[in-house]
Amino acid sequence: MMKRLATSREAILFGAILVLLALIATRFPAFVAPSNLAGVFNDTSPLILLALGQMVVILTKCIDLSVAANLALTGMVVAMINVAAPGVPVPVIVTVAVLLGTLMGAFNGLLVWLLSIPPIVVTLGTMTIYRGIIFLLSEGKWVNAHEMSPAFKAFPRTQFLGLPVLSWVAIVAVIAFYVLMTRTTLGRAIYAVGGNPHAAVYTGINVGRTQFWAYTISGALAGLTGYLWVSRYAVAYVDIAGGFELTVVAACVIGGISIVGGVGTVIGALLGALFLGVINNALPVIDISPFWQMAISGAAIIVAIAFNAQASKTKGRVILKSAEHAA
Amino acid sequence: MSVKKKIMSTVAVMAAMTATAAHADEMRVALVVKALGIGFFEAAAKGAEEAAAELGNTEIIYTGPTDTTAEGQIEVINALIAQGVNAIAVSANDADALVPALKKAMDRGITVISWDSGVAPDGRMMHLNPSSTELIGNTIIKLAADHMPDGGDVAILSATATATNQNAWIEAAKAVLPNYPGINLVATVYGDDLSDKSYREAEGLMATYPDLKAIIAPTTVGILAACQAVTDAGKIGQVNVTGLGLPSEMAGCVESGATESFAIWNPIDLGYAATYIAHELASGNAKAEPGASISMGRIGSVTLDDTNTGAMSDPFTYDASNIEQFKSIF
Repeated sequence: MMKRLATSREAILFGAILVLLALIATRFPAFVAPSNLAGVFNDTSPLILLALGQMVVILTKCIDLSVAANLALTGMVVAMINVAAPGVPVPVIVTVAVLLGTLMGAFNGLLVWLLSIPPIVVTLGTMTIYRGIIFLLSEGKWVNAHEMSPAFKAFPRTQFLGLPVLSWVAIVAVIAFYVLMTRTTLGRAIYAVGGNPHAAVYTGINVGRTQFWAYTISGALAGLTGYLWVSRYAVAYVDIAGGFELTVVAACVIGGISIVGGVGTVIGALLGALFLGVINNALPVIDISPFWQMAISGAAIIVAIAFNAQASKTKGRVILKSAEHAA
Repeated sequence: MSVKKKIMSTVAVMAAMTATAAHADEMRVALVVKALGIGFFEAAAKGAEEAAAELGNTEIIYTGPTDTTAEGQIEVINALIAQGVNAIAVSANDADALVPALKKAMDRGITVISWDSGVAPDGRMMHLNPSSTELIGNTIIKLAADHMPDGGDVAILSATATATNQNAWIEAAKAVLPNYPGINLVATVYGDDLSDKSYREAEGLMATYPDLKAIIAPTTVGILAACQAVTDAGKIGQVNVTGLGLPSEMAGCVESGATESFAIWNPIDLGYAATYIAHELASGNAKAEPGASISMGRIGSVTLDDTNTGAMSDPFTYDASNIEQFKSIF
């Protein structure tokens, strides 16, 4: 049991994050101060939220490239609602954001489920469509800090028990997803669909419908993150979170979620996101050329995938001992 | 649509003929913009009217297509040729597509210049840039230095490490640093014009250099992200965020005090200068040729380089005193 724990994917990744922190501390000691680490966690919260949604989708053998575009569109819509009607309370804004995100996720899911279009093509298409809609809605204009209401901007920043609400949202989501993936029928169905779709069908699981729910969940999280993102950075425009979908996929891959589906955990997604979060926050303070920064992020992903490939190499099981000896 | 436009241009020509009859010696300068209804160009038109009033006996025809297309501008230019205006000053939607129409205008003796967004050299007599690399480089350092009487550390937050214009401005800024004793440029970081990365880089700058007095961001995404990072870190008054931004986007930062001042070209001055130059050329007071110096009235004068291109002035500085006036313009 102890050995399994020590060699598990999550333990290795956790160890890697600690080593990374120690290395950063030798160059910039203030980085590991608790307040700064809390800041890093807060900064990584949007990535954690999206990585959880992406994890669910990847587990079902799909991929969601539209998360960042979904985030940006939801963010723009809620920002424009806020400008048009500053009195709309934050809970309503959050609800609208989640609903809108859910809708966009469900749209992806329907295309994958009912039309059986390959997931990468569907989400590549909707990614462009969602970005295009932002342009149509906003006519390319920005929504700026001074146009947003104070309450709209304050929500993710509000301190609660020593941490900002943004961090708490991520913590609650991690716990909720842990329960969802390990304790509910849907959670187990998601693993089953990704692990062995044919076997899943025989156990009475509708593969397409499970994938639809995975996209819907991912969309809901992207919508929620859309509001949090726009509120935190206090600006909404067409290109916010541009290219962020790849960071999200990278977080999942680093977290040990198998890109072919069926393998991966909530803790893995959390640690994968934190790993990238630590790197992203540390690179600016340890004074490394921006050209190297990209290479370092890329190298981390390759190392993680190499690890995955090693781990998923099935040894093959000998089922006929006598036959083996005979040969 | 095209019938309507034809009728409109016919009416315009008739109106023009009546106008010509009324004031035979009046100078008519057409200010052709990328599209009507854009705050930046409306402001430029205001500047053009100001120049016209100052020059006297000058009429401004402020016009442009309803959407930012080269075809629309060509129609407008053809209509202006038919009206026989004295000068056309154009901010082009396409550098090459307008050349034939503008050549035709020059053949008819119309003075043609481009401003803001240029036309290929064949299609204009000269081009007026809002500013130049050297002037921008100097301005961004000056903006920071003006609010640092005792000197101190400043850092630059740029867009991508490979952005040509930003890098040119930063090089120019470094070149003028010796003129600002006490100002110490400690780092140049890159936010890739992404708000989250720029925000993180700004946080990193504040963590690495606790005595940092100013963050200079010559990019509209970067300056906003840095402003938000400084606000969230509670360092308003300690770290001044400055650089290049748009008044409509920066109003909140100036109001909160995170930004003392920032710069960008002034559209009013640009419209004024373009009109003044067009008038000077059309009236024969100046000639557009390499090395020529042409008056821009209250702004000074512009010197043309070997492609007949000139730079108007330093970028215009915006602060608490004028942000209210400009934030609704662009």
